[in-house]
Amino acid sequence: MNYSIIFKIIGWVIQLEGIFFLPPALTGFIYKEYNDALIYLLLGILCIISGGLIRRQKLNKTAFYAKEGFVAVALSWIVMSAIGALPFVLTKDIPYYPDALFEIISGFTTTGSSILTDVEALSHANLLWRSFSHWIGGMGVLVFILAILPMTGGSTTNLMKAESPGPSVGKLVPKMQRTAFLLYAIYLVMTIITVIFLLFGGMPLFDSLCHAFGAAGTGGFGIKNDSLAGYSTYLQNVITISMFLFGVNFTFYYYILIRKVKDAFRMEEVRWYFIIFLGAVALITVSLVAEGGGIGESIQTVAFQVASVMTTTGYATTDFNLWPEFGRAIMVCLMFIGACAGSTGGGIKVSRIMIYLKQVRKELMQQIHPKRIRVLKMDGKALEHSVVHSCNTLLMAYIVIFIVSLLLICLDGFDMTTNFTSVAATLNNIGPGLNVVGPTGNFSEFSTLSKFVFMFDMLAGRLEIIPMMVLFHPSTWKK
Amino acid sequence: MKIIIAGCGRVGYALAQQLNDEGHDLTLIDNSAERLQPALSNLDLQGVVGNASSVLTLQEAGIEHADLFIAVTNQDEINLISCLLAKKSSHCRTIARVRNPEYFKEVNYFKDCMDISMIINPEFAAATEIAQLIQIPDAMDIDSFAKGKVDLMQVVITENSPLHNMKVQEFSRKFNHEILICILVHDHQVCIPNGNSVLMAGDTISIILPRKKINSFYRMSNLATIREIKDVMIAGGGMIPYYLAQMLLRSGIEVKIIERNRERCDFLSDALPKATIIHSDATDHDLLLEEGIEKTDAFVSLTAVDEENIFLSLYANKSNSTCKKITKVNRLALNEIINDLPIGSTISPKDITTEYILQYVRSQNNSYGSNVEALYRLMDNQVEALEFLVKEECAVTDIPFIDLNLKKNLLICCIIRNGRIITPSGRDFIQKGDKVIVVTTHKGLQDISDILDDSVK
Repeated sequence: MNYSIIFKIIGWVIQLEGIFFLPPALTGFIYKEYNDALIYLLLGILCIISGGLIRRQKLNKTAFYAKEGFVAVALSWIVMSAIGALPFVLTKDIPYYPDALFEIISGFTTTGSSILTDVEALSHANLLWRSFSHWIGGMGVLVFILAILPMTGGSTTNLMKAESPGPSVGKLVPKMQRTAFLLYAIYLVMTIITVIFLLFGGMPLFDSLCHAFGAAGTGGFGIKNDSLAGYSTYLQNVITISMFLFGVNFTFYYYILIRKVKDAFRMEEVRWYFIIFLGAVALITVSLVAEGGGIGESIQTVAFQVASVMTTTGYATTDFNLWPEFGRAIMVCLMFIGACAGSTGGGIKVSRIMIYLKQVRKELMQQIHPKRIRVLKMDGKALEHSVVHSCNTLLMAYIVIFIVSLLLICLDGFDMTTNFTSVAATLNNIGPGLNVVGPTGNFSEFSTLSKFVFMFDMLAGRLEIIPMMVLFHPSTWKK
Repeated sequence: MKIIIAGCGRVGYALAQQLNDEGHDLTLIDNSAERLQPALSNLDLQGVVGNASSVLTLQEAGIEHADLFIAVTNQDEINLISCLLAKKSSHCRTIARVRNPEYFKEVNYFKDCMDISMIINPEFAAATEIAQLIQIPDAMDIDSFAKGKVDLMQVVITENSPLHNMKVQEFSRKFNHEILICILVHDHQVCIPNGNSVLMAGDTISIILPRKKINSFYRMSNLATIREIKDVMIAGGGMIPYYLAQMLLRSGIEVKIIERNRERCDFLSDALPKATIIHSDATDHDLLLEEGIEKTDAFVSLTAVDEENIFLSLYANKSNSTCKKITKVNRLALNEIINDLPIGSTISPKDITTEYILQYVRSQNNSYGSNVEALYRLMDNQVEALEFLVKEECAVTDIPFIDLNLKKNLLICCIIRNGRIITPSGRDFIQKGDKVIVVTTHKGLQDISDILDDSVK
C-alpha cells in the first residue's frame, strides 16, 4: 500500500475543502452573519494550511493501483465529511456532532435527507454550505482535483473509477486531466444556465444559487420548509427540466458538444431513461386523474416529483406520500432505478438495470434454445464479461447492505414502509422516502445508531459500495 | 500531438508508455479488450476495441484529428490497410510495421504510392544493428550519427588495458581530444564523466568518435587483440538470420546458419546459396563443436526462445571465450539479470522498432527550429544520445559553451559543421546549420535549446 500518495491526495482534498469554505464565508459577510462568516473563514484558512502541511510530505513512489484508488477516494470522502460537519456544530445551528455529520454526508453524497425540522432557522451561510456541498459532491471532489492538478501517470484513472458512478468508466478524451476538466466545464455551464433561468423567473439570487446547486448535484436540500412548493409553476418547471438533464449521462452532452448528435441519441441508456421517465409520469398521472385531479396540474406536479425521485434529487412540490398506493409504489421503484451512469444522480443506474434485464432475457433464451449463443450488447457493442460480472457483484453487495441496514433500522420501532423507504432513500442518495421520512418529514427522530447506518449507506451509495467495502476489508491493510 | 497506435502488443505498449511519458494524446486500438486492459489501467490514454483496418473503428478513435498513425499489429496487411485508410480520412502521417520480406521488398512502392511516411521491419532493423556490431568488433553496441560519419561505441575496459586506472583528462590528451568518453558505467552506476573521473577495469564506457578513428583507437588502447571477423555462426534460421546473412555475405564474411526446421533450411539454402546451412538443433553441443564453435570469430544466437539464446551464448563463451557473441533477448525484464552474464551484446528487435519510431515521432514533434535527427537509448534506457539539427539561430547559438548554463549530466559530444567533425571544448560554440550530438540522462529533450538548465534563472 502506497500510504504517501494517499496522504498527499487527502492533503489536496482538505486544502480544496478550505477553499470551498470561502463562498459560505462570503455569504455570511453579505447577510451580516459575522459570527458564522468568521467561523467559515477561519476553518477555511485552517484547512488550507493543514492540508498544505499534509501534502508536503515526500512521495516514496508515485505509482498507485486500484486498491490505493479505492482507499484514497473512500478516505477522502470520510475526511471531507468529518471536516465539513464542523461549521454546523460551531455555529450552533446543529449542535450535536453526529447530526451535523449526517447533514453534511447527506449533502456531499447528494442525498438531501435532513435531520432538521426547521430549515428556515439556519443562517444563510449554513444554508449555502449545505447546498454547495451537493454541487461539490455531485461530480466528485477527486474528479475536480484531477481536473485542476497536473497529476501525471495513468494510475489517476483509478481515482476516477472509484469516484464516478456507472458500470464502466470511460474517458471522453485520451488525457485524464482534460476529461475531468471537460466534465466540470459541462457541469459548471449547465449550472449557470439553470441559475439564469431561475433568476429570469424572479427567484432571488441566493435562492437561485442554492436550488441550482441542489438540482445540478441532484442533491435536494431545500432552503424552505416546504421545499419548492412555495415557488411559481415556471420556477418548478425549470427545476424539473434541470433535474432531468443533470440525470443524463454526461457523455451525451460531450457528443453534442463535438457535434456527434447522432451518436448522442444512439445511447441506449439515455433513451431508456427518457422512456422510463415518460412512462412513470403517464402512469401516475392516470392514477391521480382517476382520483379526481385535473390533468394539466397533475402532469406538472407528477413530472416534478418523478424527475426529483428518479434523478435521486429529492426536491418536492407536493407530498407524494398522500398519493394513491399505485403512485407511491411506482415512486419506490424509481428510487431503485435511479439516473444514468456518468451523471450526478444516484441509484442503481439505468444502464445497470438494462444489463440485468438483458441477462434475464438471455438466460430465458438459453432455456428455450439450450445451444443458442447470445452476446449481451449495449449501444451496439458487445458487453465485456468483466463489466457484466462486476454489475452482478454490485447488485449482490447492494442487496446485502440493504438488508443489514434495514434490520438495524428496524430496532427504532417505526413501521415497515418508513424503514424500507428510509434505507432506499439514503442508499440511493434520494432524500425523502415515505411516511415518517416522506417529503414533509425528516430523519430527526431516528436514534444515533440508525443515523450512523444511514451515513454509511449514503457514502456507500454515492461511491457505489465497492470503495467503502475495500476500505473496511482487513486484507486491504495487510502488508 | 494526437497519436493513434493500432495494435497493443509488446511494441505497441512500449511505444504507448514512452509517448505517454512525453505527454502526447494517445488512443490505442486493439481487437482484444483484454490486451488493452493493462495499458488502460497503467497509462493515461484512451482505448478503442475493434479492427484497426475498419474505417468505423478509426473514426471512433478520432482519426480525423490525429497527427500521427502508427500501425504495429501483428499482421502486415492490417497495418498497411489501416495506414491507407488513415491517410484517406485525415492529414495524419503514418507509420507501418511490415515484416513479411516479400512486402518489405516493395517498401519504396508503399512509401510512394500509399504515402506511408515510414515503414519499419523489426527483423531487418535488428539485422542491420547486428551486422554493424560484427563489422566493428569489440564494441558491445554501436550507434551511428550523421549518416555514419560519427559512431557512439560501447566498450568494456579489461584488466590489461592501458585505459585501466586512467583519468578521463589523460584519455582525452592521449587521443588528441578527438575521442570523447560520454558515458561511464561503474558498478552499475551510470554517469556522465568529467575530467577527473577515473576509468577502472570492468567499467563500460561509451565513446564517441569519427568512424575513421576506430582503428587507431583499437591500436592505441590495446583493448583486445584486433581481429577482423571473417566467419560467423548463427543459431536459428528465422527472419533476422536471413537478413543478417545477406548483409554479411555481401561484405565477404562467411556465414553458417544452424536451423532445426528442414523446410526452412531448404528455403534458406535456396535464398542464400553462399551460406552454409546446417539442418540440426542448435542446442546440440556436439554438433556445435563439430561445426567449429571453438574457432568461429562470432556467434550469434537468434532462435525464437530467449532462454535458449542466453544458454547458447553462455556455451559459446565457455568453448570459445574470444569469439564475439551477440544474443537476441525479447523480454526486456530479463535485462537486469543477464547484464552480468558473459553473453556479449544483447539485441531486441522490439526495442529497436520502438526506438526507430520514437526517433521519428520526436523529429516530427517540433516542426520549427531545431530537430531531433536521431535518438538512441543506451544503458538500459538510462541515457539518451540525440542528434539535433540546428535549423535557425536560438538561445544557444553563437555562445561559447563556457558561457552557457548547461543542464547537469549532459554532454555535448560532437558538432558536425559542413561535414567536418569538431570535438567541442569550452571555447567552441553552436552555429546555425550545425548538427550537434548530445548525451544526457535527462529524458525527452525535444529541442537544442533544451540543453540549457532552466531551473536556475
